[in-house]
Amino acid sequence: MRDVFVIGAGMTKFGELWEKSIKDIFVEAGLKAIEDAGVGYIDSLYVGAMSSGLFVGQEHLGAVMADYLGVNPVPATRVESACASGGVSFRQAYLEVASGASDIVLAGGVEKMTDGADVTDALATAADQEYEVYHGVTFPGLYAMIAKAHMHQYGTTRQQLAAVAVKNHRNGAKNPNAQFRFEVTLEQVLNSTRVADPLGLLDCSPVSDGGAAVILVSAEVARNLKKPLIRVIASSQASDTIALHSRPSFTTIGSVVKAAEKAYKMAGIKPTDVNLCEVHDCFTIAEIVVSEDLGFFEKGKGGEAVEKGLTALEGGKMPINTSGGLKSKGHPVGATGIAQIIEVYEQLSGKAGARQVKNARIGMAQNMGGSGASCVIHILEVK
Amino acid sequence: MITARYHREVPQRFRLEANKCVSCGHINFPPRLVCPKCKGQKFDNVVLKDEGKLLTYTILRVAADRFSKETPIAVGIVELEDGVKITTQIADVDVDTLQIGQKVKLVLRKIQEDGKAGILCYGYKAVVI
Ligand SMILES: [Zn+2]
Repeated sequence: MRDVFVIGAGMTKFGELWEKSIKDIFVEAGLKAIEDAGVGYIDSLYVGAMSSGLFVGQEHLGAVMADYLGVNPVPATRVESACASGGVSFRQAYLEVASGASDIVLAGGVEKMTDGADVTDALATAADQEYEVYHGVTFPGLYAMIAKAHMHQYGTTRQQLAAVAVKNHRNGAKNPNAQFRFEVTLEQVLNSTRVADPLGLLDCSPVSDGGAAVILVSAEVARNLKKPLIRVIASSQASDTIALHSRPSFTTIGSVVKAAEKAYKMAGIKPTDVNLCEVHDCFTIAEIVVSEDLGFFEKGKGGEAVEKGLTALEGGKMPINTSGGLKSKGHPVGATGIAQIIEVYEQLSGKAGARQVKNARIGMAQNMGGSGASCVIHILEVK
Repeated sequence: MITARYHREVPQRFRLEANKCVSCGHINFPPRLVCPKCKGQKFDNVVLKDEGKLLTYTILRVAADRFSKETPIAVGIVELEDGVKITTQIADVDVDTLQIGQKVKLVLRKIQEDGKAGILCYGYKAVVI
């Protein structure tokens, strides 16, 4: 396998983009990424999207986007892995360059969620339709059951869940592409409209439109373009049961543990070597559970860690979700995994502005689908 | 909901029919073609125990459109006495009194209505015992 480098990135602002279609959104992100990379062509492209069929009635997105991006006849493939579609899109592009089959590949992701579909219903298709969704369970409901179990087993508190939202909004307020560029207080989170106990509205990531794209290349291309060498030092993916109820534990996500093990091994590093991490905080409890399963904190201590500021941008020993996370930056499902990579890429390039983590050398992105039935992890390092 | 699709799940939703791996004893609900524990492909038919305990739960205050008239809805994961875990609503309960570890029993109830003219969809719900 060859070394693979990220040399360019582009994304739209995340939010309710009423004026833009799914095509406009993807093409805007794709063009920005190609321009940022300074490449004259691409060999192929991947589009991560969770449910464009339900959200806007459009499938065959690979072909749609290749056409509108003006890159026919390059191979173009839509990748779906629920909320991990973006991360898996990146992984497919990584594998294509690493294998030597292509030298320059665009990995993108997009979702258009505000065109009128029943979003709760569409998102629920990522769970077991007959044995979870049939009984009325929603995604907030599944993560709420994880939260109840974590609180019962480890004494995690409602305040600790809320602290995740407060921190991520503080970071997102500094991100020009974030959907919610404002801070929230602990009281606001605690008093927000109840969605699924113990989670309130401000524990949940929003419904968003948005697109993101990056360019992955071989070492030769990166050197010829005289780009900073930001290398993908690990790419890993794992699966778990589709239904939450089939797992031995509800307080740990098996796919995250497995993917993390593989990623650390491939990169030859330990959790303490990671300088910053974007994690899939679709709900506040998810960030707590994942920060433990990635090995940053002892099992059961994730809530305490966020409350003590250990994951804060300012003064935290392990900054998590410097972008604002899904919570504040927004969660256009298929674009999320790529947007996480973009935050890591910008941090490692020293382009993160007010959110810059000093001396960031190694960054990680953890993206997951459903209640954790899919997890994909990437680690990037600046040379 | 398409009638054929609903009909296919009736043995599970009405009668808790499952299958048990001949080689390792793992019980699958719904029945499977491959045992996730040992990859075995031979099974005996079994019926699940209808009592168990609540492992975790939540109260849905917001639901998908077809459930929205019924909120708040208590929903949880129940471990039945034979070790099988299922997701189910918890009926006939003051939602604020629910607790992890409570003993429950599965009963047959209406789960959802399929639009204005569609079929009524039934299945198990848990009640506290
Ligand atoms: Zn078996």
